[in-house]
Amino acid sequence: MKPEGKKRIWAEYQKEIPDDHFFYVRSCIRQTFFAGSEQYFLKILREDLGKDVYEDPRHTTCTGIGYHGDVVPFETIQTVVARHFALATEAGYRHIAISCVTSFGIYSEILETWKHFPETLERTREDLYKATGRTFEVPETISHTSDIIYKFREEIARKAKYNLVDAATGKPLKVVEHIGCHYSKMFPKYGVGGAEFPHVLVGMVESWGGDIIDYPERRHCCGFGFRQYLVQANRGYSLFASRKKFESMEPYRPDMIIANCPGCTMFMDRWQYTIKEIDGITYGAEGHGIPVLTYEEVAGLVLGYDPWELGLQYHNVQSLPLLRKMGIKADPERRFLDRDGSRLPEPANLIDG
Amino acid sequence: MMSATGANKFGFAINRSRMIDYDSSDRKVREYITSREPSFRLCFACGGCTATCTAGQHTSFNLRRMNTYIRRGEIEPLREEVTRCMLCGKCLLVCPRGVNTRNVVAVAAEAIRKLERNEL
Amino acid sequence: MKTVPKHVLVAGGGVAGMEAAGALAEMGYRVTLVEKGDDPGGHLLQWHALFPDRRPADEVRSYLRKRAGHHNINIITRTTVEKVRHHPGGVRVILSGGTEEEADAVIVATGFDLFDAHRKEEYGYGIYDNVITSVDLEAMFNRGRLEKADGTVPSRIGLIHCVGSRDEKVNNNHCSKVCCVTAVKQAIEIRQMLPSCEVFCFYMDMRMYGPYYEELYRESQEVHNVNFIRGKVSEASVNINNRLVIKVEDTLAGRPLKMELDIMVLMVGMEMAESGAKLAEASGFRQGINRFLESGDHHYGNNLSGIKGVFYAGTCTAPMNITDTISHARAAVAETVRYLKA
Repeated sequence: MKPEGKKRIWAEYQKEIPDDHFFYVRSCIRQTFFAGSEQYFLKILREDLGKDVYEDPRHTTCTGIGYHGDVVPFETIQTVVARHFALATEAGYRHIAISCVTSFGIYSEILETWKHFPETLERTREDLYKATGRTFEVPETISHTSDIIYKFREEIARKAKYNLVDAATGKPLKVVEHIGCHYSKMFPKYGVGGAEFPHVLVGMVESWGGDIIDYPERRHCCGFGFRQYLVQANRGYSLFASRKKFESMEPYRPDMIIANCPGCTMFMDRWQYTIKEIDGITYGAEGHGIPVLTYEEVAGLVLGYDPWELGLQYHNVQSLPLLRKMGIKADPERRFLDRDGSRLPEPANLIDG
Repeated sequence: MMSATGANKFGFAINRSRMIDYDSSDRKVREYITSREPSFRLCFACGGCTATCTAGQHTSFNLRRMNTYIRRGEIEPLREEVTRCMLCGKCLLVCPRGVNTRNVVAVAAEAIRKLERNEL
Repeated sequence: MKTVPKHVLVAGGGVAGMEAAGALAEMGYRVTLVEKGDDPGGHLLQWHALFPDRRPADEVRSYLRKRAGHHNINIITRTTVEKVRHHPGGVRVILSGGTEEEADAVIVATGFDLFDAHRKEEYGYGIYDNVITSVDLEAMFNRGRLEKADGTVPSRIGLIHCVGSRDEKVNNNHCSKVCCVTAVKQAIEIRQMLPSCEVFCFYMDMRMYGPYYEELYRESQEVHNVNFIRGKVSEASVNINNRLVIKVEDTLAGRPLKMELDIMVLMVGMEMAESGAKLAEASGFRQGINRFLESGDHHYGNNLSGIKGVFYAGTCTAPMNITDTISHARAAVAETVRYLKA
């Protein structure tokens, strides 16, 4: 493998990621399943990096689940997104920071549609005005929140309390990166590094001391298609997509998977449990599963935040072996304690080690 | 350890791959046929044989596809396929590359029999 | 031509340019042959053997060298033709560096550029150790050593057709014509060099249009046991043993297929040469939707530029093989002479 070849491609796909003043739009799945990730995105940006991030409580779902599930028409989703733009316009923000890859894909698709078919923009303005009385300006930039962490990866590295290395041996951790399909497969130019060799997570991992695994099924989809996993009859092939990836990465003995998409993070985590139940197979070096972390969780660990505050315990595959390897002291007894010390209900069937 | 209870719990199972994995497929049958009927190599998959095939009009028998499967080492679909041919020889008349198609089927059937007796 | 012989400038010292220059010189014309590289010879300089008969490329090279070595030919190297302009007295030619030349006629033979394989990112050229181009493979044939990047002997090689051709994603809808037969030729050469190495050609269509091409294809299967899989390879990656893994649909089986390879050879196609495109833009030549030069008439005026005194020869007009390039160059010479004598 020649790293200069990848650098050549990365240089061709550099997008504009603003330095400050973001209008933040949340993800339906992430705030449910990895609530810590969104919380720590804000905390890292605001407190560690001193950036201005604005949130409007009137922001809603982008309706992407319905759109991809064939129940929300394109005109409707354009109007919903236009309303988000109107909220940003009203608050004086021109840069959108998008937490979800599905939303990011939808925003990209809509902006491209408006660019190539200006009449659809006019129609959307009309629809939004009729429905809500709002007007909006098309944002200057859209960034996925992984783009933003990518942009500040070196600053995070300078503040690092822990690195992605084996504390005992000093060797880099072996990390699998997984990019959501709608981050750059539809519009490679919107993704840092393009679609074939995305750099967005690679850059973070390398800046924080880890090694990236380039395994054969790296580009394969995790299987999270809304129309696929939502319909039970289709779920088998959705699941198979993840298993194909696990089998392909298994020989490399990865320490963790880092993902930038809500669906991928959830699937690759939860499916490990499902595969264990159906086929009796558990992946990972010691049969403890391969932890699947969001980039904010990884950034949070690097910055020295408490893993239980980050919410790692709410993954199906637990991260204790990973934390031990990184030299992070985390008391497993405190995993399911509430802030006041009372016990929270403990999830069943964790893959733990 | 396939856990039936697990699958029952979810109401779905993990799909099998449709992908031909050339590195794990078994090409013994191909080698057997090629060594006994070297003209087999010449097939360029025009489908003339399949168009004229008597068996192919009434069953799923498809000599063109069978040849491809043999070459890729996909022998599972072959077991049933080879029994469908009536060995009439019409395909021989059609083949633009002069493949001894009739013998290919005969040798393929022989290879399958040997495979089942672990003689291949 | 009893007095001063007329002067023809030939832009480009590849196969077409050398043949055109040689033919004109033989007829007594004064010729200036302008070549951008260090030596005339063009892409042929990189080739080891030629289809369909696998004769050594050097035989054709020495023929052309002799042709271009005629005493009536003045060769200028490391120079490009930047612009040509017809005027009542002839054709004014501006060369790189700003030098000007006067000619009675100009033959444009700027040729083609090879498709830059880096642009097909999914194949990992320049990233994975054992992804090479058809040109890199010829260099290995020239060295007489066919091995992987780590010096070991390959046991399976795949040749990928249509890299940069018939592909909207790289803005090339055209077929480069010669890659299919080149792949078959190279597949045979690999099998002869390494009899224990399996060889696979991955093709969309086998376009064996020239004399003896179909026969070569047949020979590759019958005698050399080369394998053919119909399908466009969608991506390549490497596994833990640093072996390439490719994905393709076996379109005849109707199923996706995955295969490990030791070496993957990308059959890079032809594109309009960048230098030719610049010249076209500066001089007002028409380019077709495939970006090659568009001649005055596709059927019977294929060497005419539409500008008086300026003629086209060879692959600046379309991808073609050596045989057709030489014929096309001779036709350009015939048109040029007809013009000069009128």
